[in-house]
Amino acid sequence: MGVYSTIGKNLDEVKDSLFQGKSGIGFEAIRKEFGYRSGLTGIIDTPNLKGLLDRRSRIGLAEQGKYAYLSTLEALNSANIDQEYLEKIEAGILFGNDSSSVPVIEAIDLVREKKDTSMLGSGSIFQSMNSTISMNLSVIFKLRGINFTVSGACASGSHAIGMAYFLIRHGLQECVITGGGQEINPESMGSFDGLSAFSTLESEPTKASKPFDRDRDGLVPSGGAATVILESYDSAIKRGATILGEVAGYGFSSNGDHISVPNVDGPVKAIEMALADSGMKVEDIAYINAHATSTPVGDEKEAQAINKVFGDVRPYVSSTKSMTGHEMWMGGASEIIYSLLMMHNGFIAPNINFENPDEYSAKLNITPKTVEKNFNVFMSNAFGFGGTNSTLIVKRI
Amino acid sequence: MDKNEVVEIINAFLVEEFEIEEDLVQPDATWGDIGIDSLDFVDIVVIIEKEFGFKLKGEDMVDVRTLGQFHEFIYKRHLSNQ
Repeated sequence: MGVYSTIGKNLDEVKDSLFQGKSGIGFEAIRKEFGYRSGLTGIIDTPNLKGLLDRRSRIGLAEQGKYAYLSTLEALNSANIDQEYLEKIEAGILFGNDSSSVPVIEAIDLVREKKDTSMLGSGSIFQSMNSTISMNLSVIFKLRGINFTVSGACASGSHAIGMAYFLIRHGLQECVITGGGQEINPESMGSFDGLSAFSTLESEPTKASKPFDRDRDGLVPSGGAATVILESYDSAIKRGATILGEVAGYGFSSNGDHISVPNVDGPVKAIEMALADSGMKVEDIAYINAHATSTPVGDEKEAQAINKVFGDVRPYVSSTKSMTGHEMWMGGASEIIYSLLMMHNGFIAPNINFENPDEYSAKLNITPKTVEKNFNVFMSNAFGFGGTNSTLIVKRI
Repeated sequence: MDKNEVVEIINAFLVEEFEIEEDLVQPDATWGDIGIDSLDFVDIVVIIEKEFGFKLKGEDMVDVRTLGQFHEFIYKRHLSNQ
């Protein structure tokens, strides 16, 4: 696995931030100039890939594609997978991504000004499409298996892993590069800010994202990229890989309800389906990495859903979005990585800024401070606009 | 602008923008020799417009096979544009 996020540019940095409860959130003045209600955002450096990739490979990568290249490079290195192996097993790619705003805006601005599409250059189209990440990485890493993008709103990364799991379980792929990427620029977030979905607690940015807290007032947009290498058990054993975890269950559902207001039944269905798929009981789940984004309604509905399924069994719950902000298309994948880092380093990351529960979160076993604990099974929720829900269960082998 | 200046501008963007090794940028080099494909040509059109103020069309370039021929073609277009 590999990650490039607002709380660290690689697995080691991210692990330390998770343990320390370090926030990656800050304030960006340009958002206020753009007329945003909130200038809060995850803060990340855009990498310069010159020297790492040739010009043709770089030219099609939008911002989130650059993050995804680095997270994938780290994932392949940490999995000890080289180019020769990727080609031999005909590895595929399924990546979560649901926007690519800047190249689209720049192209439209240029065409409006020049009235001439030939002035756009060759990279624009490959940066603009939703499939920009899978399209570019499949060429860079010479992949010959499955190759498409999963666009499932803020559950994209989680669904991508779920789909890769299905393909492997059914023997259709031996190895899939999967994950999620998320652009973080101000151009991409205006319409979301326009829904009054973002926290406006600008005076203390690191305290603004407070999932499950009584005084939460909205999410903080964020981004980066996360890559998980999913491989069949036989393939992993055969090449002597260190297996970090097994996807034990995947559950999905659609609310069939409101486009932006979540409900309880949809998430409950996804959670129960993942449990049934894994053959586990609620008692087996030691930790839930919640979707909770710090919105008033979303967190309440998820708390109700967890309570409904888990009842008196109260596994540890935290939302790492309290530190990262809402990584949207990437979040469902990065949160699998965050949870795997916790599982392999014997701790549960804190739900920072959780000071006062509300009626529903009071019933959950939320960890406001880091808990040192060894555990073997976790659940990760990811929900999105349109009422799409995804739940993954991962266990240690 | 004389021909040497035109050659310098073209060779400079091939080396800097397209990251082609300087030693390969020779008058008798073909597009294939320096690794320029049809997508790269889309970007060359943009750069030529910025540098020289005119637009290249693919159909005008069918006989332009080497870098030396390209230098000559651009120089002549530059002169006729003045």
